[in-house]
Amino acid sequence: MVQKLNLLKESASQTAGPYVHIGCVPNFCGIEGVYPEDLGSSMVNDKTEGERITIRGKVIDGTGTPLKDVMLEIWQADHKGLYPAVNEMRGDADSNFTGWGRCPGDYTTGEYVFETIKPGIVPFMDGKPMAPHITFWVVARGINVGLHTRMYFPEEETANAADPVLGRIEHKVRIPTLIGKKTGDGEYTFDIVLQGENETVFFDI
Amino acid sequence: MKSNQKPVSGGYFPRDRVRQPDAYTPWYKTSVVRSPNKALISMNNTLSEITGPVFGHSILGDLDNDMMINFAAPGESAIGQRIIVHGRVLDENGNGVPDCLLEVWQANAGGRYRHAKEGYVAALDPNFGGCGRCITDESGYYSFRTIKPGAYPWPNGPNDWRPAHIHFSLFGHAFAQRLITQMYFEGDPMIPHCPIIRTISDQNAIDDLIAPLDLANTVPMDARAYKFDIVLRGRRSTMFENRMEGN
Ligand SMILES: [Fe+3]
Repeated sequence: MVQKLNLLKESASQTAGPYVHIGCVPNFCGIEGVYPEDLGSSMVNDKTEGERITIRGKVIDGTGTPLKDVMLEIWQADHKGLYPAVNEMRGDADSNFTGWGRCPGDYTTGEYVFETIKPGIVPFMDGKPMAPHITFWVVARGINVGLHTRMYFPEEETANAADPVLGRIEHKVRIPTLIGKKTGDGEYTFDIVLQGENETVFFDI
Repeated sequence: MKSNQKPVSGGYFPRDRVRQPDAYTPWYKTSVVRSPNKALISMNNTLSEITGPVFGHSILGDLDNDMMINFAAPGESAIGQRIIVHGRVLDENGNGVPDCLLEVWQANAGGRYRHAKEGYVAALDPNFGGCGRCITDESGYYSFRTIKPGAYPWPNGPNDWRPAHIHFSLFGHAFAQRLITQMYFEGDPMIPHCPIIRTISDQNAIDDLIAPLDLANTVPMDARAYKFDIVLRGRRSTMFENRMEGN
């Protein structure tokens, strides 16, 4: 016999179901008066530093249909590349930026929208830079474990080409699924495809 | 106190996918077109994954952890069996996770959700909204009060019912720990028949989602208690690795 490791195991995930709104964005689904506002509905204020951007898109299933009961969360660094987190040890992030946003898909179209700022550069484990990116987390009815992915920026071609995470993807043909499309000044579209030919790359983080 | 131990700063333990549900579980029909076909790309945690948002106790209102009255008219309360749900949020190292935000939601005592897309014939309770939230204390402990949700039918197979359950969303200290799950109730005969529970193939992992009746913590003549501990991913504590945070 040997000593026991005594480690616990992470609780199993279960789908967020069709009514995730009730718990996470109750005001959005008409349950008003319990919380003053839905968490994550605003990431920036008048004083937030950095380039304002808008990201919109849809989450699309294997038949090409947008999910209308999806919920997305994003997590990103501020304009200097610092995370507004307790365990950010490299400096103080912009106190007027939350870094975290949450948005349900529109009931009719499935579209989500985030008003945020373009993130700065965050170092990889070895200290080399990662290209500016935003982490996405997607939950919905029919998704048993929340899906992690990243959005990178189309104008950052050089940084993207040197990015250590993108560099790890063997099938280079899939990398464009992680790069947003620029549709205007500070406007990006990022659709997430759950399945099929243009399936978005999802990460086991 | 002198120590040559540095603060924990490693990545999180890899997610044990054997204990987690598969993405493609055709007996839960919605998963068929919503499950990725391709393998997930493995990635070691970077700063983007080991950091995460934190929510201070200042976001909480006085009634946020009391679904029995947080939507009710003054002096009224929700209809149903009064219960307290409590427990600890732990990490895989067995340490309590403080300052963890839990958001919970559920159907009313009749199994009906307050939601525009809900079509079940069971009655709405005018005094029940169905959402609550709380933040763990310094030892990872949380509690909230509610009414026991009812079982409800749903369109999947011709006659599928969800066992009584409460949905939980949890934030640990890192985006890598983000978790949504469900709590079930000890002794519910619907549990073995539930296609969503059966997305988990490991019976131990299923058992860990079933809260036992906690008679000791039951408030006599008032509310029964159920204990539900939740485990989030643990973090490597080995000091000899690259210091992502520069400490
Ligand atoms: Fe449910």
